[in-house]
Amino acid sequence: MTLTAQQETVDQADQPLLRVHSLSKHYGMITGCRDVSFEMRPGEVLGIVGESGSGKTTLLNCLSGRLPPSQGRVEFNASRHGLVDIYNLSEPDRRRMQREDWGFVHQNPRDGLRMRVSGGANVAESLMNLGRRHYGDMRQASLNWLNRVELDLSRIDDKPRTYSGGMQQRVQIARNLIHAPRLVFMDEPTGGLDVSVQARLLDLMRELVRDLGLAAILVTHDMAVARLMADRLMVMKSGAVVETGLTDQVLDDPQHPYTQLLVSSVLQI
Amino acid sequence: MNAQANDAVLMTSSNSPERYYTYGYLDEQTKRMIRRAILKAVAIPGYQVPFGSREMPVPYGWGTGGIQLTAAIIGPDDVYKCIDQGADDTTNAVSIRRFFAKVADVATTEDTAEATIIQSRHRIPEHPLKDGQIMVFQVPQPEPLRGLEPREMETRAMHAYEEYGLQYVSLYENVSAFGRIAATAGYPVMVDERYLMSPSPIPKFDNPKLHNSQALMLFGAGREKRIYAIPPHTTVRSLDFEDYPFETQKWEERCALCAADDSYLDEVVLDDQGQRMFVCSDSHYCSDRRAQGFRGPMAGHELVDIDKDADQ
Amino acid sequence: MQQSKPNGRTPSIRVTNLKKQFTLHNQGSIEIPVFESLNLEVAPGECVVFVGDSGIGKSTLMRTIYGNYLASEGCVEVQHDGAFVDITKASPHMVAAVRRRSMGYVSQFLRVIPRISTIDLVIEPLLGNGVDPEEAKSRAVSLLRSLRLPEALWSLPPATFSGGEQQRVNIARSFIREYPVLLLDEPTASLDATNRETVVALIKAALDKGAAMIGIFHDQDVRDAVATRHFDVSSFKMDMESAA
Repeated sequence: MTLTAQQETVDQADQPLLRVHSLSKHYGMITGCRDVSFEMRPGEVLGIVGESGSGKTTLLNCLSGRLPPSQGRVEFNASRHGLVDIYNLSEPDRRRMQREDWGFVHQNPRDGLRMRVSGGANVAESLMNLGRRHYGDMRQASLNWLNRVELDLSRIDDKPRTYSGGMQQRVQIARNLIHAPRLVFMDEPTGGLDVSVQARLLDLMRELVRDLGLAAILVTHDMAVARLMADRLMVMKSGAVVETGLTDQVLDDPQHPYTQLLVSSVLQI
Repeated sequence: MNAQANDAVLMTSSNSPERYYTYGYLDEQTKRMIRRAILKAVAIPGYQVPFGSREMPVPYGWGTGGIQLTAAIIGPDDVYKCIDQGADDTTNAVSIRRFFAKVADVATTEDTAEATIIQSRHRIPEHPLKDGQIMVFQVPQPEPLRGLEPREMETRAMHAYEEYGLQYVSLYENVSAFGRIAATAGYPVMVDERYLMSPSPIPKFDNPKLHNSQALMLFGAGREKRIYAIPPHTTVRSLDFEDYPFETQKWEERCALCAADDSYLDEVVLDDQGQRMFVCSDSHYCSDRRAQGFRGPMAGHELVDIDKDADQ
Repeated sequence: MQQSKPNGRTPSIRVTNLKKQFTLHNQGSIEIPVFESLNLEVAPGECVVFVGDSGIGKSTLMRTIYGNYLASEGCVEVQHDGAFVDITKASPHMVAAVRRRSMGYVSQFLRVIPRISTIDLVIEPLLGNGVDPEEAKSRAVSLLRSLRLPEALWSLPPATFSGGEQQRVNIARSFIREYPVLLLDEPTASLDATNRETVVALIKAALDKGAAMIGIFHDQDVRDAVATRHFDVSSFKMDMESAA
């Protein structure tokens, strides 16, 4: 007997974490993204690759509740509500879900951190947002996480303005993982960093994703990052998903002309 | 007297030729608008209601919020008290008190217990307030989160969604920098367990007086154009951490003039050699105690004579 | 071409009518044919060795079975949790699950991830299946010892190792867990005779436990030592005409 895809989704132990149906976003005549559908399970890392203008950032914003789509649905298995269309939730509920169940790591740490507040407070804020009120416990948790992202603990009370780019990004990662989210969105998390800093950060992220059993959606234009981090890939061009599959398959045996172009364009050193 | 003159006399007995203002200075439509804002504020404790703040005889930053609130609610039967940092006799308190004596033709007092409306800059009187009294606060910055979040759109969203984690971030920063929550004035509170509110720059010593008071508390910010309120018997809780609980200020000294140990004390520097004395901030509370016979260690001091010249 | 079922057991791998060709869209859409109408069954305990000239598609066939390449036609069924899963049609999630638990793949190149130590690389397949890290580490240690990898290297990332050292790390990573199905693509290419013997012993031990294996071995001795059967890929070669 051969298992079919249908039988898989019935398996209770493997409830989809995220289910996207025919997601589209148009800006008037301009297509942001078109007819995107996929599913994600807990512990999976999905890479969205594409060049500038491919629609990947639009897609990420629609998926993370920041941009209502023109058509389609985004269903997430929220801890409070179960599987729910995120745009059907009231805004307070959606915002709370974003705080409780999700993380969002921005490309530029300045967009994801409070620059005028200490590094430790930035990380502890995620806990305070969840209603925690014990300073000592929160500070310790914050220290533990800063340690985990390999930040010098003596800098915990300094403001992120005084950190390097790599350090700022580490704080952002800690801030987005300390509350044990189910799903983390990452928008080019290592873009703009030095190569060696990038490499170490990617290691760290890989380890954390594996240790925490996190699900993550990672948007990147860097194929090497995609290969390293993602279990599955979606390749986007002009707003459409042109190819999708396991990372090693998409990169080793690309079918779509655009994917072949992307893969062959990657410089080998 | 002919009929017209009679009518003129009957209109209001205080509408003498010297008065050129409508009652309470503000026109009737403005008073109506402010009263509507007050009603809304009372209905939603701690919520900042926008209002059309008017030009007043003093510029913004001099108490126009409090003045407009008082002007909207004051009536000829009221007894009005005005204090500035607890004192009835500072220049500005005197000016404002005279202003309302003139435009509202109202009796004024320094006695907290006698007053029906108490307008205050940055203090709550020591004497407990009672049912029927109204406190009017002058507020410079009504938004408790403004120092942390400059965007009005964001702070409005935070209040709407009850997302106050940021305020705790500020407390966290205090503790990590100073080892304790260092805020001493304008200490943020939760009203009715729903809205985060700035109680105006009153010392945190006064925060407990907000909780479950018998009086109505009204807050007005003229420059920022906001009114908010705490109705009587409302829960007001000062924010803190479980392991860093809210504490009020304490002094080792008693009031030098009246020996009070339960009031907020101002520190007065006496000379260039560093001599200082601690005196009740609430001037009426202090003079009242002294009238009752209480004497502090510096009871004969020249400061005591000042209230003999208290203005009407 | 018909396949015999040597011992009548349910095959662990069943390839039916498999065809593979590559289309290079950015080079004028030329088509590279590899093989077609390929059938193969591998039963537990068998080690089928692919033979054929270099470039004939042995590696391609193996990668297609693993799901690393997409099949152009046909199906590849692999035993997983007591049932067949068609790798060519299953969802990516399913294929990932099969790879995690049922089908392992040893390539001749170690994909080096910066900063991950040898030990951590080797235990990764166990951790992914929920084995206790301490337990996993001790298994890794004994395996690396038997492969004679110097202890000084265990805590280092393999990026600077020699080809043979990297290969042994690869072997350890693939044999630390008992995969019911194992695909081996030139696993002994850079090893000396002693280490080749160790690998042969590992392969035989796994076969005795009922693993089904497919192997590509350059080395005649290793082939002779482990193969239960040869499979000639060139007999399924696709003509240029049928590629059109």
